Amino acid sequence: MRWVDQIRKTIATLFRRQQETARLDEEMRFHLEQEIAERIQLGASPEDARKAAMRDFGNPTLLRDEARRGWNWGWLETLGRDLRFGARALMRSPGFTVTTIAVMTLCIGATICLFTVVRAVLLEPLPFQDPDNLVMVYEHFRSNTLGNPYNEVAPGDFYEWRAQTHGFADMASYHYSSLTVTGDHGEMPEMVAAQKGTWNLFPLLGVRPVLGRTFREDEDQVGDHHVAILTWSFFQRRFGGDPSIVGKTFRMAARPYMVVGVLPEWFAYPDARTQVWVPYSDGETYENLHAHDNHNPFVVARMKPGVSLKTATDEVSALQYRMHMQYAGKPVAEDVLSRPMIDDVVQDVKTPLLMMMAAVACMLLIGCLNVSNLLVARGAARQKEMSIRGALGAGRFALLREQMTETVILCGCGGLLGLLLAMAGTAWLKLHWKGLPRAAAIHVDVIIVLFTFGVVGLTAVLAGLLPALSSTQRGVLEGLKDSSRGSGVGVSRAKLRKTLLSIEIALTVVLLLSSGLLLKSFVQLRTTDLGISGDHLLTLRYNLPMEVYTKPEQSLAFSQSLLERVRRIPGIESAGLGSTVPGAGWDGDQVFIIPERPNYESNKQPDAIVRYADPSYFATLGIPLIAGRVFNEHDRLDQANKVIVSEELVKRYYPGENVIGRTIVIGTDITNKKRTYEIVGVVGNTLWRVGKPTKATTYFPVFSGNTGYRSTLVVRTSGDPLSYAVAIQKEIAALDPQLPVVDVLTIPQIVGESTVNQSFSASLVLVFAVLSLLLAGVGLYGVLSYVVTQRVPEIGIRIALGAQRGQVLGLVLRDGLRPVVFGLVIGVGGGISVGYVIRSLLYETKPLDPIVFAVMATLLLVVAALASAAPAWRASSIDPMQALRTE
Amino acid sequence: MGKPNDLVQGTLGLLILKTLSLESKHGWAIAKRIQQISNDVLQVQQGSLYPALQRLEQQGWIRSKWGETETGRQARFYSLTAAGRAQLEKEREMWSRLSAAIDLVVES
Repeated sequence: MRWVDQIRKTIATLFRRQQETARLDEEMRFHLEQEIAERIQLGASPEDARKAAMRDFGNPTLLRDEARRGWNWGWLETLGRDLRFGARALMRSPGFTVTTIAVMTLCIGATICLFTVVRAVLLEPLPFQDPDNLVMVYEHFRSNTLGNPYNEVAPGDFYEWRAQTHGFADMASYHYSSLTVTGDHGEMPEMVAAQKGTWNLFPLLGVRPVLGRTFREDEDQVGDHHVAILTWSFFQRRFGGDPSIVGKTFRMAARPYMVVGVLPEWFAYPDARTQVWVPYSDGETYENLHAHDNHNPFVVARMKPGVSLKTATDEVSALQYRMHMQYAGKPVAEDVLSRPMIDDVVQDVKTPLLMMMAAVACMLLIGCLNVSNLLVARGAARQKEMSIRGALGAGRFALLREQMTETVILCGCGGLLGLLLAMAGTAWLKLHWKGLPRAAAIHVDVIIVLFTFGVVGLTAVLAGLLPALSSTQRGVLEGLKDSSRGSGVGVSRAKLRKTLLSIEIALTVVLLLSSGLLLKSFVQLRTTDLGISGDHLLTLRYNLPMEVYTKPEQSLAFSQSLLERVRRIPGIESAGLGSTVPGAGWDGDQVFIIPERPNYESNKQPDAIVRYADPSYFATLGIPLIAGRVFNEHDRLDQANKVIVSEELVKRYYPGENVIGRTIVIGTDITNKKRTYEIVGVVGNTLWRVGKPTKATTYFPVFSGNTGYRSTLVVRTSGDPLSYAVAIQKEIAALDPQLPVVDVLTIPQIVGESTVNQSFSASLVLVFAVLSLLLAGVGLYGVLSYVVTQRVPEIGIRIALGAQRGQVLGLVLRDGLRPVVFGLVIGVGGGISVGYVIRSLLYETKPLDPIVFAVMATLLLVVAALASAAPAWRASSIDPMQALRTE
Repeated sequence: MGKPNDLVQGTLGLLILKTLSLESKHGWAIAKRIQQISNDVLQVQQGSLYPALQRLEQQGWIRSKWGETETGRQARFYSLTAAGRAQLEKEREMWSRLSAAIDLVVES
């Protein structure tokens, strides 16, 4: 490895160069001394000897320089000189330097910051070991051309696959189940969402429990094993996070289960609702476990190194086809399909991810154009300098290199500061962005630093090359002539500057428009999505059994004392009762009749979701009261016949009317039992499921006797809602020890957000949009400031010749705003196409939303006007005498 | 034929390598040796040795060590490395080919 050795030597001499130079001098001196001594010996006079020796030797300084060139670090000296020179040149125009570095810092910092977040959240959504080798395997019915081709697997099929596969290292399976946990310690019985998983699932995923162990193979055999692994939230909520839980038992499905392990807090697979894991074979008979006709489980497999997914899948396919023939008559699929687990989990995330990357690139490009533009303006200002230096013999390459050095300095500083900004930014995000998924994975590491280097290099080239080329391309004489003419702005350069500015504005507009659309979807999602506010909410469901609670009064008494008891628990801010909480499902709807307009076509009859709610339901969930009032104590009576409706209902059936006091008639044609209800209030919309269209909703009093079957207790707590679960369950148990509670869940658990959601991407895009708007403003300001500085003499003459202040103001403003308008027009075109590209991400927002377009265009124009106003104002207040004197 | 520039390009390196192939020498001795062997025909501008020496050392063909001369002075002694020996062979071969070719042209 000679070249390695050489580099090592070069670096070594670099650090010892002072020493090396001294040695070289010493060596040469020795040589001369020897030469002189020899000549004296041959009879020359000392003086002659010295002269002759020197003559023979040559010019020592020149030779020394030549020798040092042999050390290979000449380029470094040149670079050092360039950097020093560049820094000095930049120091001479601090305004320009600070603006440019600020722009670079902002845009590189934001890029890195968001790249870090995007990478952590979207690129690494599976915290499993070696996730790239995990795949999901599904059955595939070839005849099924409609719907989802990925079918759940029959457990019998899975067992055969697992026994016979050679292509996959291992296969595991799991499926959903629901189990009743009964109170051993005075808590309520409750139904929990459970998963049954094969014993090898956790080892296959590479997930280690935080306490205890995962299932053993012998525990996953048909028989009475009864072991369980708890999820973190269930462990905290039900068992108070007691670390000695492992080895203890609790009652589930009327049997004692031994806790063998507790899963880590981040583990929310396959969903956040899951509370407990039991072995695959738990409670199953052998026949059930090897059935080929019920398709329920999911299968996850780990690929064997060196075997392609296709090979492994083909093998299982062949196996499946044999089974299909073997079990003719049973619904056994003839084929299998597989896909990487990441695709399975991240299906919905791909588009936002790509969009985010596009937004990052777009913003970075805007930043580069911005700096580029500033450099062009600066290049124009330095035309004279460049021309003179060209005339004095500086080569075009030298001038180019010098300018590029300056750009590199600017981008380097920007990159460095940007990296710091990004580190601060990500730290801030982690601290303040509540509910940011997978926040723990966000960190700045070597890859990010390398990414920064790449970005700096890229920006330097993007931003620097064009201006550098443009400012060095012109003939010396022409440049000199041009700059002495006083106008200073070369026509071609002005054109370049305007073009760059237009492109920048166009990009900004595209970014603004798309983020505007996403933002509107976000607002739609925020206001209509769920329609509730606050994160410290806990929901518990229970069904009062009709056999015990035969009369409405009994239910009423139970519910009332439950609410009273719960409200007395310290830390509970409020408690309410309803049939269902937003996001938890449809739960029934009913057609109704508006007496004023009875003649709807039968298939267009007014129709609304039916919900029951007690007076504090709305306040606890944070559903706003728009008009009228919520229920009161008297409404509980059966005869009160009061109803509260949602905004959507008003919008749909009473547009622009006051509905308070109006009546609706509810009843089906089948029973023909109609009842009239008075509308007493209008509340904000809620959503029955995230991402589904808003429905008209009616609320009836929970104690009106209409409620029979299903109640959800909602509490707003002051801290972590799950930590109040046991206390609340104890209160329920105290009232009725036999009552099973279902689904003790927080709202995020109900909604089941685990990786990413629309609000997340919308917020990120908003950040991009604000930054690019800011960048556009800074860019415009920077460029116009330069132009004004350059046009000072010209403007001075204009003023001296009698131009009015307003005229000058208009002149500069027009100059600044023309490229803006041009860019705006192009950008709107681009924005429309981008809008159609991202329309799958939009929620109740059209790609051509006029409000978004109008708002964004206005916003841009305002920022542009503000950015132009300062330079324009400065131009208009130029003192003509002063301006002419500088000429 | 006195100036190094008049030497065929790269020849100085060959001369130095050849001179050092027998024993290690300091710069002055190298210059003297070249002069001696060539019967004063090749009068290398003595100072030119040093850039050449630095270059050869960076290439890894020679290495240097500070040592004492007969007169008791400190001087830098250069010696050939294994790579240098190989390089010498290569350059020598090239040189003989070149000189033979020039001979052919000149003597024809």
